[in-house]
Amino acid sequence: MKPPAFDYLRAETVGDVLEGLAQQGGDARVLAGGQSLMAMLNMRLAKPKLLIDIMRLKELRQIERKGDAVVIGAGVRQADLLAWPDLAEALPLVSLALPWVGHVQTRSRGTICGSLAHADPSAEMPLALVALGGEVLLRSAKRRRRVAAKDFFAGMMLTARSDDELIEGISLPVVRGSRFAFREVARRHGDFAIVACAAMKTEAGVRFTVGGVADVPTARDWPRLEGSALDDALNGFAYELGARDDVHATARYRRDLVRMIGRDLIGEVLQ
Amino acid sequence: MTRLKADARHSVRFTLNGKPAEGEAEPRMLLSDFLRHQLGATGTHVGCEHGVCGACTVVVDGMLTRSCLTLAAQVDGCEIRTVEGLAPSADRLGVLQQVFRRNHALQCGFCTAGILMSLDHYLAKNPAPTEADIRDLLSGHLCRCTGYTPIIQAALVAAAELASATKETSDA
Repeated sequence: MKPPAFDYLRAETVGDVLEGLAQQGGDARVLAGGQSLMAMLNMRLAKPKLLIDIMRLKELRQIERKGDAVVIGAGVRQADLLAWPDLAEALPLVSLALPWVGHVQTRSRGTICGSLAHADPSAEMPLALVALGGEVLLRSAKRRRRVAAKDFFAGMMLTARSDDELIEGISLPVVRGSRFAFREVARRHGDFAIVACAAMKTEAGVRFTVGGVADVPTARDWPRLEGSALDDALNGFAYELGARDDVHATARYRRDLVRMIGRDLIGEVLQ
Repeated sequence: MTRLKADARHSVRFTLNGKPAEGEAEPRMLLSDFLRHQLGATGTHVGCEHGVCGACTVVVDGMLTRSCLTLAAQVDGCEIRTVEGLAPSADRLGVLQQVFRRNHALQCGFCTAGILMSLDHYLAKNPAPTEADIRDLLSGHLCRCTGYTPIIQAALVAAAELASATKETSDA
């Protein structure tokens, strides 16, 4: 199918973007890499009156170390971040998860922040943002605010972004002295995850985060658990996520994956 | 700031396989349709139109790009390469194309244009890929004839041929 009709605005400054969003509000959508939004337009699941293309804005294409955080601008493509030489050292979890985002042919165009804006429940970048406890940097013509990852995802493809706000970037903490593991099960590498999981060693024990099951990526912090205590915690979590049957997998299969992958990953980071 | 009105056609210019190309497009026109219908460059195929099948893959400013997930207006001023740019001349195939032909790496050929663009782009940067690398790259393409095995084979043969073609064999 083809997209519905819309005006196209090629922004030359961030001010252009904010002004467009202020004027058109919910009828405007920001176009970055287009790997989610263009598909939504082609299928007419989105019908904006105005598209604001931000990809000519150099100031949004920065990856910056700021103290103990990495700030990734709205225009940073997934391939740009994968090619960032500090990625494995500064953001090991992202370096594990990013190769699972789409395919070479979509990561070359798709942006990190675009994936967060789209907020697909099974997408890897929202999972990584929640697992790391990052923040989303929002900006409108009137104000700037930072929203914690757990508050940003409000539901399936729903976020805390207001209609007049641009996701200017995200801030991810550089976590030192930890261990990370990531695993995903999908029908084909690069397809939407049936279940994706991340484990991170914390001071008290472990944080385990699951995507693809509930409407939003969901994290649990546990003390160091082993044996049947770990099995019980994982089983409880798997049920709390409220898995549903769909054409790709049954709810029971999803719970099985959470339990099995959880045991493996938590064992890996706590060994 | 440029604002293109929804109900009007606007001029779009870019470089297509090294030559200037120009046409008119409404903001909503996809690059895939612009290439095929406005410019007559029908080598780029259109399959799923939501970025899954990979048939429409082209190269925009050195980036592999789904042309069905890209607006013509977005690529104004860019450099675009399509499958029409792979052959060195009208009566000769490029190395990758020759290898595809020799290895029966296509059946109906619908997916081939996109796969050739991905491989051409990838092999230029990764001259010695493993089979796993090629499989990972091909995960971004669907072949409806399920002919992946000869495609992988052809990709590995092409990599070897391209590598030996660029290796110096003489000091003369």
